[in-house]
Parts: sequence; structure tokens; C-alpha cells
Amino acid sequence: MSNVGIVIVSHSPLVAEGTADMVRQMVGDEVPLAWCGGNGHGGLGTNVEAIMGAIDKAWSEAGVAILVDLGGAETNSEMAVEMIGEPRAQKIIVCNAPIVEGAVMAATESSGGASLKEVVATAHELSPS
Amino acid sequence: MAPLNLARLIAVAADTIAAHAEELTALDQAIGDGDHGLNMKRGFEAVRAEADAFAAKPLPDALKAIGTKLVMTVGGASGPLFGTLFMALGKEIAADPDRSGLAAAFGKAVEAVAARGKSQIGQKTMLDVLQPVHDALAADKTAAEIADIADAAAEATVPMRALRGRASFLGERSIGHMDAGARSTALLVRSVGQAIGESA
Repeated sequence: MSNVGIVIVSHSPLVAEGTADMVRQMVGDEVPLAWCGGNGHGGLGTNVEAIMGAIDKAWSEAGVAILVDLGGAETNSEMAVEMIGEPRAQKIIVCNAPIVEGAVMAATESSGGASLKEVVATAHELSPS
Repeated sequence: MAPLNLARLIAVAADTIAAHAEELTALDQAIGDGDHGLNMKRGFEAVRAEADAFAAKPLPDALKAIGTKLVMTVGGASGPLFGTLFMALGKEIAADPDRSGLAAAFGKAVEAVAARGKSQIGQKTMLDVLQPVHDALAADKTAAEIADIADAAAEATVPMRALRGRASFLGERSIGHMDAGARSTALLVRSVGQAIGESA
């Protein structure tokens, strides 16, 4: 698919899956979408391996925008991007935006064929700078 | 320096983290999300499980592999932060480093952790222990002196106000508690010193 992919990374699998449901309601299958949540051992947290898997699943040559909740989700997502490495890493951006609103807005932008830069900018507009 | 027994070092570090897991969790519960002890224990047990394989590698490769293992197994922000410390140290260090080479590589690794956490000294994080430890390494202090400096540096995070991580959400209420990452860093520094002391 040529639309920008969206990855949702929350400390809670319930939050991540629920956010993905809200994205799907808005854009259907027009946007590559994946989510992950939890520390991989049944607890709250985020997991680099799971994030790398979600990026693979939502991969698009147009790029992937990642929406995160709290600090550890951001740090682990940045680590995952670095471990994926170039040339794909330059097409993956961790957004600074609220996870639910950011994911829905970014996916909606993506479904219209927007570039990665445009998708990320739409999500970033939700965060007061 | 005496040849490093990496397998022994890993065992001492994993034992220390396991013995203090509840303490680390309690520190993290006070001003964080309360998963630090369990996360660190899980990561270091995963490293311990492959200690012989790590020890068989040249030191730079071993450190990089340990860092990657921590990134993949810790399961919190500490994973990338401690993982980056080891990965960057492995990238910078010589296979048989002298003290000045170790200090220089450690300095680069501390910079890498600061970049990963988008943090700096004085924000009530592990950096507040790593930086004094680097300075002590560069000043040719003994392992015992460095361990004491690390403990004092962790203690010095108590009156600080957290500016990074979950504790920063608490604002002034973060004052009066030791940072859990600073404590675990000091514990690891003492373990390394202890393991090196045994082989010296």
C-alpha cells in the first residue's frame, strides 16, 4: 500500500488496541496499521521487539508514523527505529502528539494520500509547542 | 589492568540487581511507575543466562551484545537507557583498554545515554551518577573510591526535583526520594568494582 503506515505504541495493550479500533472506524483498511502494548511479560510497559514487529506489519514505502503515550514508549520506539536501521529508519518518525487524537488525525491524513511529513505535521499540531 | 572475567562480572551484577530488586521497585513506586526492580532483574537474568556466550566474545562485541539483550528484555525506558550505555561503551572501547581508554569510552557512552533520554545532569536521573563515575575514572580513582562516589551521587538525587521521566509528572513532590535509576546505576558500578577487585 502506498499510504503512510501508522503504528500505535502504548504501555497498555488495551489502550493500543482501542486506539487502533478508533483509527479503523475512521479509515477502514486504507492505511497500514499496527499496534503493540505491554512489556511482553503480561505487565504494563513497552517492548522494543514488539515495536519493531509492529513497524514491519504497518510498513509502507511512504513511511511510518508512530504514536506513543508516555516517555518509555517514546524512548523504546526511538530505540526500535535505530535498531531497524537505514534505509528504512529515515522513513519512520515518532510523533509528539496525544496518542488517541494523534493516531486518528494522522491516519485520516494518510488515507488521503498525504506524505509522511504531512501526516506527522498533522499529528504535531495537536501538541502545544 | 588485570584481565577482566566478564562471566564473573555478569554474575555479580545480576546477583546485586536481584538482591536489590524490591528496593529498586519501592524507590520507583514512590515517584514513578514501580516497575524498575522487576524490569532490571528480568534484563540482568537474561544477560546471566547467556553469560558464557558473552564472555567468549572480544570485549567490545560482548558489551554491544549485552546492551542489545538489555534493550530487548528490560521492558521499560530503562531498557534503551542501560542498553545504550553498554552498546555505546562497546562501540567506543578497545579490546584490551587501559584506564584512560576506558574513561574516554565511558565518557562517550554517558553522552549516548544523555542523547537517548534527551536529558542532562541535574534532572534526577541515572546521568547524575554516570557523570561523577566518569570523572572518577578519568581521575584514576580506585574501584572502591568510585563505588563510594557513585553511592554518594545517587544519594544526592534525593533533594533534586525530577525533570525527566515519569517522576517529573510529580513536580515538587519528586523531591525527597532517591531516583531509582541513579540507585541501580550505583549498584552496578559497585558490582563491577567488586568483580574487578576479586580478579586483581
